[in-house]
Amino acid sequence: MNTAKPASRAEAHAPSTPLVHLASEPYYHATGDELDVFAAAAKSGLPVMLKGPTGCGKTRFVEHMAWRLKRPLVTVACHDDLTTADLVGRYLIVGDETVWMDGPLTAAVRAGAICYLDEIVEARKDTTVVIHPLTDSRRALPVEKRGEYITAPPDFMLVISYNPGYQSVLKEMKPSTRQRFVALDFDYPEAATEARIVAHEGGVDADTAQRLVKLGGLTRKLKGAGLDEGAGTRLLVHAAQLIASGMAPAIACTAAIARPLADETDTRDALDDLIRAVF
Amino acid sequence: MSERKLFAHELEARLDELLLLSLRQRSAAEPAALLEALPRELQERVLHWAGVAAQTSDDLGWLIASLAATQAAGLGAQLDDWARAGLDAYDRSGLAATRKALNEFTDTHKASTLRSQDSVAFGAIEGRLSRFLQALDGRPLRLVSGPKAWTDTETLWLPERLDAATDVAGNRRLYKAIAALLWAQTRFGTFNLDPEPELELWPDRERALAWFAVFEAMRLEACIAVELPGLAQEIAGLRGPWPAELAAAAAKLARPDATVADSLACMAALREIGVLPAPTLPHIGTLDPVAARRVRAARITRELAVVRRALNVIAATDTKAGAAENSDYPPLAAEGELQVPDPQADLLALPPAAREAAKSLLQDLGEIPPEALHPAGPGAWQPVDGVDESIAPGVTTQPDAFYDEWDYRRASWRRGWCHLYEMEARSGDPEWVDEVRTRHAHLIRSIRRRFEALRGEDKPQKRQFDGEEIDLDAQVEARADRKSGAEPSPRLFIHRRRIERSLAVMFMVDMSGSTKGWVNDAERESLVLLCEAIEALGDSYAIYGFSGWTRTHCDIYRVKRFGDRYDAETRQRIAGIEAKDYTRMGVAVRHLSGLLMRQNTRHKLLVTLSDGRPDDYGDEYRGRYGIEDTRRALLEAREKGIRSYCVTIDRHGADYLPQLYGPAHYSVIDDAKKLPQKIAEIYRKLTG
Repeated sequence: MNTAKPASRAEAHAPSTPLVHLASEPYYHATGDELDVFAAAAKSGLPVMLKGPTGCGKTRFVEHMAWRLKRPLVTVACHDDLTTADLVGRYLIVGDETVWMDGPLTAAVRAGAICYLDEIVEARKDTTVVIHPLTDSRRALPVEKRGEYITAPPDFMLVISYNPGYQSVLKEMKPSTRQRFVALDFDYPEAATEARIVAHEGGVDADTAQRLVKLGGLTRKLKGAGLDEGAGTRLLVHAAQLIASGMAPAIACTAAIARPLADETDTRDALDDLIRAVF
Repeated sequence: MSERKLFAHELEARLDELLLLSLRQRSAAEPAALLEALPRELQERVLHWAGVAAQTSDDLGWLIASLAATQAAGLGAQLDDWARAGLDAYDRSGLAATRKALNEFTDTHKASTLRSQDSVAFGAIEGRLSRFLQALDGRPLRLVSGPKAWTDTETLWLPERLDAATDVAGNRRLYKAIAALLWAQTRFGTFNLDPEPELELWPDRERALAWFAVFEAMRLEACIAVELPGLAQEIAGLRGPWPAELAAAAAKLARPDATVADSLACMAALREIGVLPAPTLPHIGTLDPVAARRVRAARITRELAVVRRALNVIAATDTKAGAAENSDYPPLAAEGELQVPDPQADLLALPPAAREAAKSLLQDLGEIPPEALHPAGPGAWQPVDGVDESIAPGVTTQPDAFYDEWDYRRASWRRGWCHLYEMEARSGDPEWVDEVRTRHAHLIRSIRRRFEALRGEDKPQKRQFDGEEIDLDAQVEARADRKSGAEPSPRLFIHRRRIERSLAVMFMVDMSGSTKGWVNDAERESLVLLCEAIEALGDSYAIYGFSGWTRTHCDIYRVKRFGDRYDAETRQRIAGIEAKDYTRMGVAVRHLSGLLMRQNTRHKLLVTLSDGRPDDYGDEYRGRYGIEDTRRALLEAREKGIRSYCVTIDRHGADYLPQLYGPAHYSVIDDAKKLPQKIAEIYRKLTG
């Protein structure tokens, strides 16, 4: 394993693989049977797909499960120029030699980690194909450039996330990819639960948390009518954190919720009105 | 000049002198009497201009003097400009034109004074306010302007302009407060009780309604305060403290359990002790309980039917499955033996359209009435079968194609059911597209700029870890580095970033009769903008219109085929798109997705521009049948790899669209006028 090797010159150039061992429990409030389903999938070696709108706790859930299952976590934020080599690894030319550098996916397979590909639809289509052999009974990663075929240890697990609210037809997941996963639907939690989460994460009192959640609920009704998506729990937590640090609630909400959501004047003004109505 | 105003007789004498009136047997008494009220300065200005005019013509002088007598007070400092405008008009076109020009000047001036700087127009606040209301809980409300502020529980009328507050911000707040209280009337049950028994006891109905509105405002403000305390504070700030004699009533109505009955009780109490005029408060709209209750009753009947039908379907499915005992849905049965199911749990089990109806019923009645929960006879649906074929216009030619149609009641196909005719669209006014392009020149320029940036082109990225080509610059540098003993960079390659847009788009344009007018204009304008945008992008696209009149007459109009260029002829056909008959959507989707399938591109997209749900002549296609057939057609398209998206101008459209297109694949535009502005952005998001 590359961690055992002494640091070579190549590693000074290459991005280090982020194998994260979570020491403390990441806060997560379960809203259904997602903990059980995920644990069972992990036990059976099945890949998992998390679906849901922005900021409803998908990433946090994976972190929590990694901690719970005591496995290292590798997170890759997918983008539209993510190549196969970015995931699997590549040869680097160092001086006169070539040095192989594992990509995050290969590193996760070798280490028996949870590999979390965030917003998978953002990645190039040819890239997503490399995960296919990992997601069926083979559970293996072929590394073509090295002629290597790495069989994943039982602890390796692949998790992807995906936001079905995306409207671009060019960013739809192919059925051949999606049918390999155990899927979990995520949505904004119920008001009472969400208020508890906002209070805990944002460090505000129950009343403020409830008002923030109320505001979040109101903005979600504007989806499709001025907003692409309402305020996620994450935005509410941000606002709560600003409030907890001593900022006036209205100013905090404008900065953390209204401005990130909308540019258009009418919608922005309507959001400001909503903030004033709730606080 | 002394400050003393001139008296009427003095004015009369001076006018007489200036205009030589006595010679013409005219009397200046009347204008002089009117001018007496003006400040001295203004009087002098009027006399001055009458004199100037008289030097040109006595008649003109008289005209200026007599019109100034009635208009000068309103014109104020503008009097000089007014008079000059009049003299100009005289020089140009004579006396009659002068009178016209002077009157017009005054009217324009009046209008612009009304539009004082501090007032706010409805148009300026509509967008913001409608979004605000949409976010609030409860049934969606339509927002329109009207002579007075009131609501019939589905539409909310607000005045054209508000200037009661001293500044712009205040007037905006006032709009919001009025709208919020009207929203609260529909949300917190102002019309849940018939107020007529109380209103009839009042001698003056206007006064009674005014008091009713005031008491309700007290109660509703407290209701708002529970969930939206900030808004309640703002309203309280606008109205100031309640008068001392009303404080007791306000406190009583602020109790959390107060209902409209308590407001009526307050009216009864007031009637006992003698009635004063109600306080006029700018933030309180008016009430028309008769109209509102009529709308409410019609809605309840409609929604009861919807909920009942949906529950029946569920009940029928349950029995068939033989799982009535432990089904997910609470058993629905006769009164007595079973409890009324928890409406909240029930709501979740209902299909979306019925769920909205049930929610609306809960809002109106506080509960789902037991009669909705009773099975209403067998059969979930009474189809109105058979279209009167004789009504269909005579068809002489052979149809171009026959299409199957899905009958959800039979759960099977009706073979060769729809007769499809494809024809060239009529050419319209050649000037029209040019006019649109000129009108939207700015918008088109910015759209083109944005879309050109989106166009995929191979961009070589230098100094990469790996790639298809060797980066010579980097190699040379690395060589030099190594010779000099420095560590060479390993980034030695060029990576070609491939952006592929292998996309064909079919635009399916609703040409049904309901699009007549604004919607049709908006559709055509949107197509012009879309064409401009997509030309910049280089995607392959086609435009077809669809309409029809029963299953034997489904028409598809070619506006632009995939191979056609966006040239003058295409543009004329876009201009020629017109509102025709009905919207039989399933067959259009099937035909056009067939055309789309012939395109050899990786992604295929079908975009529908429409103004409402599928519909056709006769009751058959209307309602669920049409929706199910269209859904089926869209599913078939999807299986072939075609993605569908719908842009609709239908305020109440959202209820069936998720069912047809899936939750993320449609946009609702609430105002046809906004479609051209938004369409390019929607397309960009859709394919970006």
